[in-house]
Amino acid sequence: MRYALLIHELPGAYDGFDDAQRTAITAEYTALRDDERVLSGERLQPVSTATTVRAGGLLTDGPFADTKEVFGGFFLVEAPDLDSALELAGRVPAVRLGGSVEVRPLAEPAR
Amino acid sequence: MIEEIFRAEWSRIVATLVGFCGDLHVAEDAAQEAFAIAARRWPVDGVPDVPRAWLVTTARNRAVDMLRREQRHTEKLRTLDPPDQVLEEEAAVDEPTLVDDERLELVFLCCHPALAPEARVALTLRAVGGLDTAEIARAFLVTEETMKRRLTRARSKVRDAGIPFRVPDEAVLPERLDTVLAVLYLIFNQGWGDGRTDLAAEAIRLAGLLDELLPAQPQVTALRALMLLHDSRRAARIRDQVIVPLAEQDRALWDTGQIAAGRDLLDQALARGARGPYALQAAIAELQTADPIDWGEVRRLYDTLLDATGSAVVALNRAVAVAETEGPAAGLAIVDGLDLGNYRYLHSTRAELLRRLGDHGAARAAYDRAIELTTTDRERRFLERRRAEL
Repeated sequence: MRYALLIHELPGAYDGFDDAQRTAITAEYTALRDDERVLSGERLQPVSTATTVRAGGLLTDGPFADTKEVFGGFFLVEAPDLDSALELAGRVPAVRLGGSVEVRPLAEPAR
Repeated sequence: MIEEIFRAEWSRIVATLVGFCGDLHVAEDAAQEAFAIAARRWPVDGVPDVPRAWLVTTARNRAVDMLRREQRHTEKLRTLDPPDQVLEEEAAVDEPTLVDDERLELVFLCCHPALAPEARVALTLRAVGGLDTAEIARAFLVTEETMKRRLTRARSKVRDAGIPFRVPDEAVLPERLDTVLAVLYLIFNQGWGDGRTDLAAEAIRLAGLLDELLPAQPQVTALRALMLLHDSRRAARIRDQVIVPLAEQDRALWDTGQIAAGRDLLDQALARGARGPYALQAAIAELQTADPIDWGEVRRLYDTLLDATGSAVVALNRAVAVAETEGPAAGLAIVDGLDLGNYRYLHSTRAELLRRLGDHGAARAAYDRAIELTTTDRERRFLERRRAEL
C-alpha cells in the first residue's frame, strides 16, 4: 500500500541548534529518504512563505491561524502494511522534536 | 451442541477467514453464515467429523461468493470465474483437519492502537468473542445502531489503513501486548462494574486464550489471576441489588475454587518474572481474600503500583489502604490532594472517610456528589443507604 507521511513540525523546534546539530538532523532525513520503502519526499519552505487561497479569491498571508504545529514536508512511501509505515514515521526527527507525523493511506484509483 | 461449537470455534474460523480473504467484514459475515447453515443442517445431517474443517470450508465458499458479488457490484466486471457449485454437504471432504491457528493475529488486529479504544473493545468482542452487535451495544449502553456504525467504521479503517493481520515485530510487541491486555481488562471491568457476568466471563475466557497463545508473556497470566481473584467475589458483591463493600461481604459466598485458581496463576506469573501493574494488582486482590487483610502489605504494593503508573486512580486506592493503616484523616488528606473531580469513586471514598471521622455534614455533601455521578442503580442504592445512615 502507498502511504503519505505528513510531517508536522513544532514552530521553532530548531531554535538554539548549532550547525552540527542541524546537519545531524538533515542526515537523519536523508537516511529516511534512502529507505527502500520511500518513493519520494519533499521539505517545504518555512510557513512564513505560505499564501492561502479561499473562496472569493481571498488570499491570506500564512496558513490557518493559531496552529500549534505546521506542515513541514512529506514522504510518500510504499509499505506492506500500516505497521511498516508507522515504523518509518516513528523515525522522522520531527516526532521527537515536539511535532507529529500523520500517516494516511493514499486513495488508490479503482482498477 | 452447536452453541458449544460456536463458542469454541468462532474466533478460529474468523481468524482463518481473515487470513484467507484479508477482510474482517467479509470474514465475520461468512463465519456467521457458516454457523447459520450448520444450525440448519447438523440437526438433520448429523455433526460432521471435523466441525472446524466443515465450518472453514463453508465459510470460505461464502466469502468467495461475497467477494465476487462485491466485485460485480462495484465494477460490473467479472474477472473471477463464476462461483463453484460447492454444496455445503460436499464441503470438508478433502479439507485438511488441521487449520492454522491465526487467532493471535486476529487479536492483535482488533486491538491495534490505530483504532480508537472503544473500537478495539467492540471489534474484539465481535471478532474474537463472537458477541453480536446487539449484545455489545447493550454492554456499553449505546444503541445497536451506534454500535453498528462503530464496528463498521473500525472495520473500514482496518481495511483502508492497512492494519496488518500479523503478530507485531519483537520491537513493538510489548507495547502492542499492553493495548491488548488493556482491552481485555476494560471488557472485564465493564462486566464487573455493571454486574454483567457474561462480559466478565468473556474477558476471562479471552485472557485464557491469549495466555495459551503467548506462553512466554507472564503478564498475561497475571491479568488472568487478577480477573479470577476479583471475579471470585462476584456472588458476595451484590445483595438485594445493592453493592456490598469488601469489608461487609459474606465470605462464605466467595468462590474458593476461583480464589485457588487465581492464586495459582499469580504464583506462576510471579515465578516467571511478572512484575508489572497486573501482577501488582493481582497480588493486592490476593491479599484482600485473606482474613484479616494485611493492610500494611496492601499499602506497600500500592506504593509500588503508584510509582510504576503515576495513576491518580491508583493513588485513590492507595489512600484507602493508608486510611486502614494510619487512620481516616491520613487517607482523606491524600484524597483531597487528588485531581479527580468528576470521578465518582473519589467522592464515595471521601464520603466514607468523612463518615468515619464523624463529619456528617461534609460526608452528606460528598455522598450527594457521588450519587450524582454514579451510573449504576446498584451503586446509587448503596450510596443512598449510606447517606441515610448518617
